[in-house]
Amino acid sequence: MDNKRRKILKIAAATAAVSFTGLPIETFASYLPKIGKYVRSDKEKKAKQWGMVIDTRKFKTKEDFERVIKACHSIHNVPEDIPNKKQEIKWIWEEEFSHAFPDQENPFLAERYEHKDVIVLCNHCQHPPCVRVCPTKATFKREDGIVMMDFHRCIGCRYCMAACPYGSRSFNFRDPAPFVKHKNPKFPTRMRGVVEKCLFCYERLEEGKLPACVEASNGAIIFGDIFDPNSEISKVLRENYTIVRKPELGTGPCVFYII
Amino acid sequence: MYDKDKIIPGLIIFFFLITFPLWYNLGQAAYESPKPKLPVNVKKCIEDTEWMRANHMELLNEWRDMVVRHDMTHYVNSAGVNYEISLQKTCMKCHTSKKEFCDKCHVKVSVSPYCWDCHVAPEEVTNGQ
Ligand code: HEC
Ligand code: HEC
Ligand code: HEC
Repeated sequence: MDNKRRKILKIAAATAAVSFTGLPIETFASYLPKIGKYVRSDKEKKAKQWGMVIDTRKFKTKEDFERVIKACHSIHNVPEDIPNKKQEIKWIWEEEFSHAFPDQENPFLAERYEHKDVIVLCNHCQHPPCVRVCPTKATFKREDGIVMMDFHRCIGCRYCMAACPYGSRSFNFRDPAPFVKHKNPKFPTRMRGVVEKCLFCYERLEEGKLPACVEASNGAIIFGDIFDPNSEISKVLRENYTIVRKPELGTGPCVFYII
Repeated sequence: MYDKDKIIPGLIIFFFLITFPLWYNLGQAAYESPKPKLPVNVKKCIEDTEWMRANHMELLNEWRDMVVRHDMTHYVNSAGVNYEISLQKTCMKCHTSKKEFCDKCHVKVSVSPYCWDCHVAPEEVTNGQ
């Protein structure tokens, strides 16, 4: 009797000791065929919270918008010209000022804002509501603040779309492949039944590059670590008056706008 | 024995049916191992050929989770060689054809990994799609 109790206590203590080491479960999972090692990229750009400042004053012509959108959509195999507008897939797109910032509406708003278009994308929120509702953890917040999608886990329930107040997520109502005219062989496409959105070019950051839209924007979009007080973006945020989309919802968007 | 004339024909029919698969296959071609087309200018896979044959599906699953969920983008194999983790950029750089390589085995053993619903096979690109 006593002997048995001791044994149980020993096992419990050993289990607790293992769980307190803080090592990921993979370390102990002996069923995995582990013979190699996994390492990070040495070129990787690191941050506590990636963020973006969009200088709307620098988006003047239609071409300015299209160049940025095309840069993103072409490398990520985002389908284009889907006939049914309701089934469109968008990672980054043009939105009317009054739709992007409904809380800024006011009947005497200067005309130049009323009909202004701004560029919008996933806000990579500090408190992302999409992550809270995802039942499979297919969408989650990475250590560097990116709200990531694991397309392999997405079951297409669309809770995240209902939760996102910015309409940043699109659902593949049909097989997107026929609408991707020039496939980028370096990035996967998607299939019917998954949700997709902007991923802040995590795959480019890992190679030490800036996101595609930032690179194509000719300085109209500034990207960096908003939690690092010495970064360029923090300096821009300190020196300029910026607004975010729907701040009253408390999602903590990390995409800022200079109007 | 009662009902001898029913039981004995019954047993004969029973044995005929139960051995059906054996003699049905008589005279048909024997099973042949699939012959995937191997890369010509490289000699070695990421790990031993034997190990890859048995474990490539689990390696791929692990690769996927490491990149997507743990930000680990490189794999150092048991011999110390560093590979970028990617199905499209790494596996398919050496194995330049899905049809002539992956499919050769998979069709034979009737597995159809759904990976290619999204991942772009080399063929799709050369066909100019
Ligand atoms: C550096 C080039 C290279 C890369 C990268 C590579 N392979 Fe290979 N692979 C080879 C070569 C060469 C062979 C044949 C080895 C031999 O002849 O013994 C092979 C053999 C194999 C085999 C066994 C084939 C057989 O006949 O049994 C499988 C399965 C395989 N590779 C899968 C993969 C997968 C999956 C990946 C990506 C995770 C991958 N390979 C990445 C070069 C490569
Ligand atoms: C030597 C033959 C062979 C080659 C070559 C091969 N496979 Fe396989 N693969 C198999 C077999 C056999 C299975 C099924 C194993 C099982 O049922 O457990 C399998 C299963 C898989 C699975 C899991 C499928 C599932 O439904 O669980 C994936 C993923 C996979 N292979 C990917 C690849 C890729 C990608 C390539 C080409 C780079 C490749 N394989 C080349 C033999 C091969
Ligand atoms: C629903 C579409 C989809 C399916 C199905 C899918 N993938 Fe992926 N996969 C992606 C996307 C998109 C990425 C890019 C990273 C992400 O998830 O955001 C990716 C990334 C990966 C990566 C790491 C990065 C790279 O470049 O390869 C691996 C490895 C991978 N997938 C393996 C697989 C395997 C193995 C299968 C089949 C068992 C599979 N995937 C099925 C969409 C898919």
